[in-house]
Amino acid sequence: MSPTAPRTTLAQKVWERHVVRRAEGEPDLLYVDLHLVHEVTSPQAFDGLRMAHRKVRRPDLTLATMDHNVPTDAAKPDDVAQKQIEALVRNCQEFGVRLYPMGSPDQGIVHVIGPQLGFTQPGMVIVCGDSHTSTHGAFGSIAFGIGTSEVEHVLATQTIPQARPRTMAITVDGALPPEVSAKDVILGIIARIGVGGGQGTIVEYRGSTIRGLSMEGRMTVCNMSIEGGARAGMVAPDDVTFAYLEGRPFAPRGADWERALDDWRSLATDEEAPFDRALRVDARELRPYVTWGTNPGQAQTIDGAVPDPDSLTDGARREAARRALAYQALRPGVPIRDIAVDAVFIGSCTNARIEDLRAAAAVLAGRHVRSGLRALVVPGSGRVKEQAEREGLDRVFRDAGFEWRSAGCSMCLGMNPDVLRPGERCASTSNRNFEGRQGPGGRTHLVSPAVAAATAVKGTFALPSDLR
Amino acid sequence: MDPVKRVRGRALPLDRADVDTDQVIPSSYLKRIGRTGFADGLFAAWRRDASFVANDPRYAGASVLVAGANFGCGSSREHAAWALRDGGFTVIVAPSFADIFRSNALRTGLVPVRLDAALVTRIMRAVEQDPAVEIDVDVEAGRVRVPSLGIDERLDLDDFTRSCLVQGLDEIGLTLRHDADIAAYEARRPAWRPRIAPAGTGRG
Repeated sequence: MSPTAPRTTLAQKVWERHVVRRAEGEPDLLYVDLHLVHEVTSPQAFDGLRMAHRKVRRPDLTLATMDHNVPTDAAKPDDVAQKQIEALVRNCQEFGVRLYPMGSPDQGIVHVIGPQLGFTQPGMVIVCGDSHTSTHGAFGSIAFGIGTSEVEHVLATQTIPQARPRTMAITVDGALPPEVSAKDVILGIIARIGVGGGQGTIVEYRGSTIRGLSMEGRMTVCNMSIEGGARAGMVAPDDVTFAYLEGRPFAPRGADWERALDDWRSLATDEEAPFDRALRVDARELRPYVTWGTNPGQAQTIDGAVPDPDSLTDGARREAARRALAYQALRPGVPIRDIAVDAVFIGSCTNARIEDLRAAAAVLAGRHVRSGLRALVVPGSGRVKEQAEREGLDRVFRDAGFEWRSAGCSMCLGMNPDVLRPGERCASTSNRNFEGRQGPGGRTHLVSPAVAAATAVKGTFALPSDLR
Repeated sequence: MDPVKRVRGRALPLDRADVDTDQVIPSSYLKRIGRTGFADGLFAAWRRDASFVANDPRYAGASVLVAGANFGCGSSREHAAWALRDGGFTVIVAPSFADIFRSNALRTGLVPVRLDAALVTRIMRAVEQDPAVEIDVDVEAGRVRVPSLGIDERLDLDDFTRSCLVQGLDEIGLTLRHDADIAAYEARRPAWRPRIAPAGTGRG
């Protein structure tokens, strides 16, 4: 590269390759390589198409599943949910969109099945009417959540108008301490930047710690980019990415695989390319985190205590911390390890992949959930469930006293039968601890799969090493 | 979308930062398949508390919501914008907005007005003291005014966005005018990018 050539970031490279049209004073029109659709945010979009007599422009780049509403046990969906599910089936039939419905082995959480099928690949633009679409950025794609009007726009045009975002580098270097997982990396980052810290930016996660994560770990990190307010999160593709993809159903094969590799290898950020913002994190300073409040930035290390709102200097944050403690029924100064939970949920698009289940099962083997505690494990997809059963993980979970469920969003978002009761406190591997997120009045604490498992055994927040 | 040219009205002061869309409309209200009728879900959990500001009759009929920073964070549910609109709001004033919410609001005909945090605080205090304070958002002229406070600021929306609001443009129709550009892009897309065979004909 000549010294005068512009140095660009991964995000800028992928962006530029997708510009269909650029006009002064208008947002860029970007091409969408993959549009994921689910039952909750799509019915109004399909209705809009029907009313305007429009078609789905590229059914071959559109993939639908049902995940938010579906019960994960033998129960039937409630009447309203059933209507939404039926609407998706009808819409997919009418518009020729491939659907993985309940009961299909490929059904699952939309952000679990895209990568698992090999549909999520480096250098793509991927959208879905769901904020956790940022997950797919782990492959070096620009992937972001959109609203229903935008879903309709993408269905009709396969494009989306987008203002060019700023870029942010988050570099994590160093070896992770024992018991610190990808979930703790992202909780630690959000604790540093706050829930609005990434607003208007695409984050690129960089550094030796990120390179050292598996694809599933990188997905966990990118998944929660939105919790730091970022539009999207990305990791440059590397040999770990390529090894994950090779041989998956939708991955390129033969000569196409070689062509794809050439393209993917050209995606890395140029040395010294400028970012609009930058944050460095020393991995050695990270510990397992537990959120204490009602947003994902309100987190503390497991060795710490519930903070005192009066110690916060920023007025808005102090007020938010006070409200959060009142909602969570917690007092300042209480050690995190002294907080008892009523329920444990292992699942969600953040932490319901096979490695997450293995990490939790490794803690639970030969142990039992504390009596009186409700514990649920919900694989992210039908395929994850199959694989876990092949490995005998289902037996470990069941023997430990966990309920072994079928794939879905389950207790992450409280819009299917899996909900907390008012006042119940839950250690959850999901991504949001907002008020009522897991059910009205429910209290959520976000943790990693290993901490969730150890907490299920102990009944209070615990590390696996606390159980010995 | 109906055109939004100018909004003048009284405001509801919601002095909280990081209001997430799960609070704007809890997930149990998302199961409907239509685009209207979401007003009953608006701040549904918070409204159970009698002292919540939206229950204060002095603010009934407000068309402007004044809120803290990072309004609308979290879930991408456009239902949050629909619920606010169905609840009678046309303008949200805040120091900053979460990206997805902002874009959903604009497509719902809900104007996200970003002002300096200090100004938002001034307006918040004024409205808390006097629910009759009027806020005037002139989208066409690109101004935000609070006459009783002497505030007259530039509306922080680019010309393109303002013209979409003022004309109530169908964005899909706009994009379809560039069909030739889309087709040209499709013709030069790498052939190895993944595609799904039509439903029922096998994978790949």
